[in-house]
Amino acid sequence: MGDAADVIVVGSGPAGVAAAVELRRNGVERVVLLEREADLGGATRHCSHSPFGMREFGRVYSGPAYARRLAAEAVRHGVTIRAGYSVVSLHEDARLTVACNGVVSELEAKRIIVATGAREASRAARLLPGDRPVGVLSTGALQSYVALHGLMPFRRPVILGSELVTFSAVLTCLRHGARPVAVVETLPYALARAPASWFPGLLGIPFFRGAELLDIQGRARVENIRISHGGNLRDIACDGVLVTGRFLPEASLFLNSGMGLAQGAQAPAIDQDGRCANPLYFACGNVLRAVETGGWAFREGRAIGAAVARDLAHPVAVQRVAVEFAPPIKLVVPGYVRAGDATTGALGEFQLRFTARVRGELSLELDGVPVWARRREFLPERRVLVPMPAGLQAAQRISFCFREG
Amino acid sequence: MLGRTCAEDVFDVAVIGGGVVGCAVMRRFALAGAKAVLIEAAPDILAGASKANSAILHTGFDAPPGSLEWQLMQAGYREYLDIHAAYNLPLLQTGALVCAWNEDEAARLEGIVAQARLNNVADVRPLGAGVARALVPGLSPRLVDAVEVPGEYVIDPWSAPLAYLNQAVALGAKLLFNAELLAGQFDGTWQLQTKAGAVRAAAVVNTAGLYGDVVDARLGFTPEFTIKPRKGQFVVFDKATARHVPCIILPVPSETTKGIVLCPTAFGNVLVGPTAEEQEDRTRATVEAETLTALIRRAAEIVPALAEMPVTAVYAGLRPATETKAYRVASRPEQRAITLGGVRSTGLTAALGLAGHALSLHAQFGTALPAAPPVVPPVRLPNLAESRPRDWQQQGCGEIVCHCEMVTRREIEAALASAVPPGDFGGLKRRTRAGLGRCQGFYCNARLAAMTQGRLRTPLAVPAEGG
Repeated sequence: MGDAADVIVVGSGPAGVAAAVELRRNGVERVVLLEREADLGGATRHCSHSPFGMREFGRVYSGPAYARRLAAEAVRHGVTIRAGYSVVSLHEDARLTVACNGVVSELEAKRIIVATGAREASRAARLLPGDRPVGVLSTGALQSYVALHGLMPFRRPVILGSELVTFSAVLTCLRHGARPVAVVETLPYALARAPASWFPGLLGIPFFRGAELLDIQGRARVENIRISHGGNLRDIACDGVLVTGRFLPEASLFLNSGMGLAQGAQAPAIDQDGRCANPLYFACGNVLRAVETGGWAFREGRAIGAAVARDLAHPVAVQRVAVEFAPPIKLVVPGYVRAGDATTGALGEFQLRFTARVRGELSLELDGVPVWARRREFLPERRVLVPMPAGLQAAQRISFCFREG
Repeated sequence: MLGRTCAEDVFDVAVIGGGVVGCAVMRRFALAGAKAVLIEAAPDILAGASKANSAILHTGFDAPPGSLEWQLMQAGYREYLDIHAAYNLPLLQTGALVCAWNEDEAARLEGIVAQARLNNVADVRPLGAGVARALVPGLSPRLVDAVEVPGEYVIDPWSAPLAYLNQAVALGAKLLFNAELLAGQFDGTWQLQTKAGAVRAAAVVNTAGLYGDVVDARLGFTPEFTIKPRKGQFVVFDKATARHVPCIILPVPSETTKGIVLCPTAFGNVLVGPTAEEQEDRTRATVEAETLTALIRRAAEIVPALAEMPVTAVYAGLRPATETKAYRVASRPEQRAITLGGVRSTGLTAALGLAGHALSLHAQFGTALPAAPPVVPPVRLPNLAESRPRDWQQQGCGEIVCHCEMVTRREIEAALASAVPPGDFGGLKRRTRAGLGRCQGFYCNARLAAMTQGRLRTPLAVPAEGG
C-alpha cells in the first residue's frame, strides 16, 4: 500500500462506512477502510431484525442487504477497501500493525478512526453459574448461525435478558424452527419497552422477571437450567441457553494498546468531534457506547467523518474539559468537551445511560449553574439525550448531576 | 480409530484414561517399543482433571521431601525441559514469587527456603517485599515478604499431553475413544470390555484420574484408595492484564492445598485460582458466581490493577484427591497391572516422570517389550503460545476465523485432520484456541459450527427440524 493514507477507518459496519464515505465526500483523498472479515457490513451482515436504511438511504433493507448497500457506497465513493485485514495493535503515532494472510505490516495515516462496534457480554463475563456444555451462546452468534450458515444451535432454548435484542432473538428462533421455552430476566421488569416486552406473553412463552439463574446443567449439551423465582426453585428442561444483550464496546484495541478506556462506558473517551485523548485517533459508532441502532451508528459515523475532514484541514487545539458524572449515571458520550472553539462539533447531544432504574432529576451544570434539567424515571440500557447547550465550550466545569426523588 | 482387526491383536499395554498422565505413559511405552492402546471414556483426551489446571511446570520446591511425588515431579520437570523444543512446546521462563501477606505467612518463608534446598531446588532465595515489588510493580503494597523460585515456569497444558500422545500414535499406538472400561479379566493376558468393544493386552496401566478407584475395581482389584474429588474454580482475565502479572505469584502453601495462584498463561492471559472444594460428584465441575467474584477480589488484593479488568473466561475442574496427599502408585506384577492414582495438582509436571516410573515398574513384570523403534518419527505441535510466532504471522495462512485469539482457518482444518483430531468442541478449543478469547464465540461460534459439521460427537449445530 506504500504511502501513508490520509485516514484509516477500522471496521466496516454502518459507522465505519459512513465515516469513510463522508471523508471522501469532503474531498479527503486517501481513505482506507479496514475490515477483518471477508465482507463489509459488520453486525448488519447477520441482523435479521428491524428494518435498516430508511433515514440514510430512503428505503428499507434487511440486515444483509443493508450490508451490501454499505459496501456499494464505499466503492462508489472511492474508499480504498481492505477486507481480510486484522488490526493487531494501535500505536501512539497513528500507525497500525495489521495482518492479512500471514503478512504482518504497518500502515500509517494522518488520522485513524476506530469503528469496531460492540458485542454482547459472554456467559463467562457475566459469571453465570453451572456446567459449561455446548449450547450456550449469544444473540450475535445465533444470528450468524442462521443468516450466514443456515444452521441452528438449539431447538428449545432458554433466553436470558429482556432488551430489544432479546425479543428479536425470540423472533429469530421462531422463524427458524426453534421454540424458546422461557425468557428469564434478573431484574423485576423488562428492559425493553412495550410492545416488544409483551412478546413472550403473546406467544405463550413463560417470561420470568426477577428470576435468578442458579445453574446451567448438561454434560455434553445443555439439558436443564435451574432458576429461583418468587421464592421457588424451578427447573426448566432446554437444549440451549441464549445469553442476550448487555452489549460491550469492542474496544480491546484501545485496552491492549495502553490508551485506556473511559470508566463506565468501557469505551474510548471522545470529545464532541469523536476525538480521543490522543488527537490522532477518533472513534464512532457502538464502540463508544454499546449499543445503538445501525441507523444511529451510521449518522454518528457520518458526523464524525465530517469532523475528521475538518480536523485535517484545520487542526484544533486539544484542550478539553472532562464531563463529570457519578452513579447511577453509567456513562456520558462524549465524555470530554473540546474547549475554546466556537465551531459546532460533530455531536450535538450528550448521550447518557443509567446503571439502574431510578426516578429523580437529571441536570446539566456548567460551572455550577444548572442549564438543563428533567425529572422522570430512567431505566438501564435506555438512551437519554441531552442537547449541548450554548456556552458549553466556554465552560471550565461540566457536570451531570442526579438527585433521587 | 481402532481398526476392526485390532480386536484380534494383543497389545503390549493398555492405558486406561487419556489425561496428561495417560498420554505421557502412552508416549513412554511407545518409545520403548510397546504396542500401546489408549482406552478413554470421553470423546477426546483431557476430559477430566487434566483439562483444568494452572498450567505451571513446578520445580517441586515445596513437595514433601523424599516423596515419590517430589521425585517424579523433578524427573518430569527435567524431561519436559529436554523435549519441549523438539515438540515445539512453549516454555515461559517466568519464575515465581511466593508472597507472604501477613506476619504469620512471612514467618513460614524461611521454612519454605529450607525445604526447597532439601528438595534440590537450590536457587530459591529470600527476596524481601521491596525487591519483589520492584520486579512486579503491580503487586499490592500490602506485600510483607517474598521468596523467589526462578525455576517455576508456565507451559501450554493442553498441547503438551497432545504432543505426548501424537508421539505414541506416530509410533503406531492406537486410540479408543467413547470407550469407558466396563470390566477386565486377567488370564495370562488382559481381556478388557469397553463401551467401544473388546481389547486384549499383556499389561494395563490405570491412569483414570477421577475414576482411578473405579477402574481398579472393574479390573477386579480391591482399590487401595478412594477418589475424593476436589473442585477448583478459575477466572481468566483479559490479555490486557498480562503486563501486570509477568510471573507466577504463589501464596504461602498450607497443609492441604497449594492455595490460590495468580499467573500468566502461555496464551497471554492471566488466571487466578484454583479454589479447593471437596465434593462427592465426579462428573460436575460447576462454576459459581459468588466463588468467581471472590477469586476476582482475591486477584485484585494481590495485584490491584486487576479489579477493573474484563473477565475473559471462567472454568472449573476436579482434582482426583484421595484420603492422603501422596500419589497412589501401585504395581501388581502377578496381574501385570500398574495404577497411577491420586495425581492432583502436580500431574502436569510429574506426568513424564510418572510415565518413566510406570515403565520401570513394568520392567519388573518379566515380560519383555519388543525392540525399541530404530527411528522415532518427529512430532511438532502447532504453537499456540503468544510468546512465539503463531500461524497468523506465517505467509499464506489464509483467513482468520477466531479474531480474539487470531486462529486461522488453516489451523482449524489442520486440527480436524490431525492424527489425534478433536472429539468434541472443548478439544477443538484446546487444540487451536478458537472460541477461547474475550468474545467467547460471539463472532466465530457459528463459523466453527459450520466448519466442524459431522466432526464432533456433540455438534454445535443441531439437525434441521424433521431432518
